[in-house]
Amino acid sequence: MKNKKDSLRRAFCAAFPHTLPILTGFLFLGATYGIYMNTAGFPFYYPMLTSLLVFAGSMEFLAVGLLLGAFDPLSAFLLALVIGARHIFYGISMLDTYRGLGRKKIYLIFGLCDETFSLARTVAPPADVDRGLFYLCITLLNQSYWVLGASLGGIFGSFIPFHTEGLDFCMTALFVVIFLEQLRGEKQHTVSLLGLLLSLGCLLLFGADGFLIPAMLVIALVLLLLRRPLSKGGDDA
Amino acid sequence: MNETQLLLTLGVIALGTMLTRFLPFLLFPAGRPVPKVIGYLGKVLHPAVFGMLVVFCLRNVSVIAYPYGLPELCGIAVVVAAHLVFRRTLLSIAAGTACYMLLLQFVF
Repeated sequence: MKNKKDSLRRAFCAAFPHTLPILTGFLFLGATYGIYMNTAGFPFYYPMLTSLLVFAGSMEFLAVGLLLGAFDPLSAFLLALVIGARHIFYGISMLDTYRGLGRKKIYLIFGLCDETFSLARTVAPPADVDRGLFYLCITLLNQSYWVLGASLGGIFGSFIPFHTEGLDFCMTALFVVIFLEQLRGEKQHTVSLLGLLLSLGCLLLFGADGFLIPAMLVIALVLLLLRRPLSKGGDDA
Repeated sequence: MNETQLLLTLGVIALGTMLTRFLPFLLFPAGRPVPKVIGYLGKVLHPAVFGMLVVFCLRNVSVIAYPYGLPELCGIAVVVAAHLVFRRTLLSIAAGTACYMLLLQFVF
């Protein structure tokens, strides 16, 4: 028992420093999300529940709009699949890392959000630390920052002393920053720009309410058609 | 929507998201090779999706009616400028959002 406690403590101490950059980010963004939910008229347990059960920032922000609209579970489900599609590929790259971790693995997969993925991909547990516990600590810490931020935002959102009109722009700003970081990190920008332009085309064609699903299909189709040139031109696809 | 419908909507969103997270581990257990086309889509779909989400956020902006998308344009310009100069994600988001809120509440 003492041994078990000790290895958990060591895993926590090894994992915690790596999660510090995410601590600030998740508290801030999570709180913004909670406040956004609050100003949209939802009680605090909505952002709390969503951050516990969905735990995917982009999708949670998008969900606010869905929850304010008409009841349409099929579209909500499809959107979650489309927005979450990138997780499939996170999973593929984590197959080996998470192999043989028993029951812990279920939570590790559940909590594999963008930030946890990029962290788990880049840091490795020290030799004297249990691998499973190390990844468990990283995932659990990251999610608790997010849930804490979202709950605090949801609870205290109504006490904000200034007018919150326009706060929803934080979602746009978030995606613009991710997009910029992406442009910075890639050798050629064909795919990023394709996503932008094809979506714009679909928006003009299908209108604001119905463009998302066609845009996703068109993007996937065009990317499949361009598979050869894109694989050749870029770094090994 | 009533409360049941709201919770149901949250439920299917959680289900869809978790499906995408668990699928690879269910489909490709120990050693089974991952089809090349899936690997390819994994690499290229991710950058394409964020361009799409930017468009999605701006879907209700009209450039032909007042205020012609100007608050959004200024907000994004601030985000980009702040990010090019400081490259601190949170700072860029905060600066852009603050600029947008001020414009919306006091100018337009």
